[in-house]
Amino acid sequence: MGQTISEKILAKASGNKDVCAGDFVDAEIDLAMSHDNTFLVSTIFNEIGVKNIWNPDKIVIVLDHRTPANTIKTAENHKRIRKFVKKQNITHLFDVGEGVCHQILPEKGFVSPGMLIVGSDSHTTTYGAVGAFGTGIGATDMAAVWITGKVWFKVPETLRFNVSGKLSRYVSAKDVILHIIGKIGVDGATYKACEFYGNVIENMSIDGRLCVSNQAMEMGTKAAIIPPDKKTVDYVTSKTNVKFNVVSSDEDATYEKTYDFDVSDIEPQIACPDKVDNVKPVSDIVGTEIHQAVLGSCTNGRLDDLAAAAEILKGKTISKNVRMIVVPASRLIYLAAVEHGYIQTFVNAGATIVNPGCGPCLGLHQGVLAEGECAISSTNRNFKGRMGSPDAQIYLGSPATVAASALKGKITDPRGVIE
Amino acid sequence: MIIKGRAIKYGDDINTDVIIPGRYLDLINSEELASHALEDLDPNFFTKFTKGDILVVGKNFGCGSSREQAAMCLKYAGVGALIAKSFARIFYRNAINQGLPIIESSEAVDAIISMDELEIDLYAATIRDKTKNLQFEIQPLPIFIQEILNDGGLICSLKKKLRC
Ligand code: SF4
Repeated sequence: MGQTISEKILAKASGNKDVCAGDFVDAEIDLAMSHDNTFLVSTIFNEIGVKNIWNPDKIVIVLDHRTPANTIKTAENHKRIRKFVKKQNITHLFDVGEGVCHQILPEKGFVSPGMLIVGSDSHTTTYGAVGAFGTGIGATDMAAVWITGKVWFKVPETLRFNVSGKLSRYVSAKDVILHIIGKIGVDGATYKACEFYGNVIENMSIDGRLCVSNQAMEMGTKAAIIPPDKKTVDYVTSKTNVKFNVVSSDEDATYEKTYDFDVSDIEPQIACPDKVDNVKPVSDIVGTEIHQAVLGSCTNGRLDDLAAAAEILKGKTISKNVRMIVVPASRLIYLAAVEHGYIQTFVNAGATIVNPGCGPCLGLHQGVLAEGECAISSTNRNFKGRMGSPDAQIYLGSPATVAASALKGKITDPRGVIE
Repeated sequence: MIIKGRAIKYGDDINTDVIIPGRYLDLINSEELASHALEDLDPNFFTKFTKGDILVVGKNFGCGSSREQAAMCLKYAGVGALIAKSFARIFYRNAINQGLPIIESSEAVDAIISMDELEIDLYAATIRDKTKNLQFEIQPLPIFIQEILNDGGLICSLKKKLRC
């Protein structure tokens, strides 16, 4: 019987010839990522009492969530992480300022097609953009991976998304995936894997695909895989010499459901408070006043995203009622954006640039919202309290929509601000 | 395993950011963490709740981040079990790993109201609403998951296996 990409990856990782959706498997992990929550993972690891971790080369730690440290407590936690990394000879630590984990891993060549990757972060689904099965686990599961190199999985059913059509100008990967989430719902893919096909996905850059696989987590998915093509292979081989085998699904693979989306006519999309599936076309809510505009995160802080926003802001000044915060997703992206003049455009326009990392996405520092304030953000979650006060409102949109809205001080259709 | 307690009921799509807001994530102390459980969802949670109560919630409970503190704070607060229409997958794993029994049953969630007296039997795979005198059959949990719960969570279970 034909197999999906997830079934093939999980079969190989668990030493089975084939597996079926619903099977429980014990799978060997190719790579384990954790971020600032490494302090919790290491506390649990120490509590279990094993001396050495399973494989110091297969663990990647990225400090990104609260960087540079915002409190003494955070600083202490970071210090403990660094000490643990040294003690266990963990090879790959990316410290303050390197960038956000879900950019660092693909960018530094840790991710290639067919891999099984776990991260103690829900948006580990991002790695599906380059054909890997990436999924999030909690801290105790991660501590167990550090000890055994394995984790149990229920092999998921797969949902197939065929996304076709011709996107209008200023409608981007973010709009496509928000549109899909709006239709499928925040739990529409819970326990399932997703595979994305169609000419819209094929035409997307790797940056766009990373956005899709990242944001897709917000429909509950376990993995969000985009079948590798030449673009994927070129991207991965430009980052690493490690050999890999592209895993594709079989013609007769079983999908639990197939969704066909024609996105030719969609407008820029906005996820309104407080749920990511509360998605509306931008024209429904243009004019909503905003106080903060956030461009960045593991969803949309990449070069394509900064380019789209810079195109809108070039030579212009943002509204004096708005704080615009720009967070390049990594140091390399930051440098490229300097080279292209995007950073100069943002600074001239009145935006504040903060260091690569998570920035204000999780409401801890670098732009926390006060009660009654409203933000538009290219990040992936608009939950109540996510960016600070539980009485603040968060709208999610594409980088172009964020930039256009910063310019006008209210939610704005990017198609209207460019001649 | 048999769990008895009163029901406290909430709605759909309760996310990890309201179960335990990001601002408390660097707390390790179990009491402190517990004291902020569900704070942004229901500031009066602790006036209704007594240890052992069972949370009865709608679909997609625990959606959002992988933060295990969401399961930990409920466990530390003394939540006896969770019954939901469905759980988000990472929360589901985390709850089991913390030794917090979790059960999916739409039928039970629809019927139960807050303060009903409940009795969950994980072996027999049933939920009994003693107040209403109703019984619901549930999907039994796989044996290895029941074992983790019996051991009190994955840490104890691993310790036992590794004999350390
Ligand atoms: S940018 Fe936001 S969503 Fe991404 S890893 Fe950081 S906190 Fe999580």
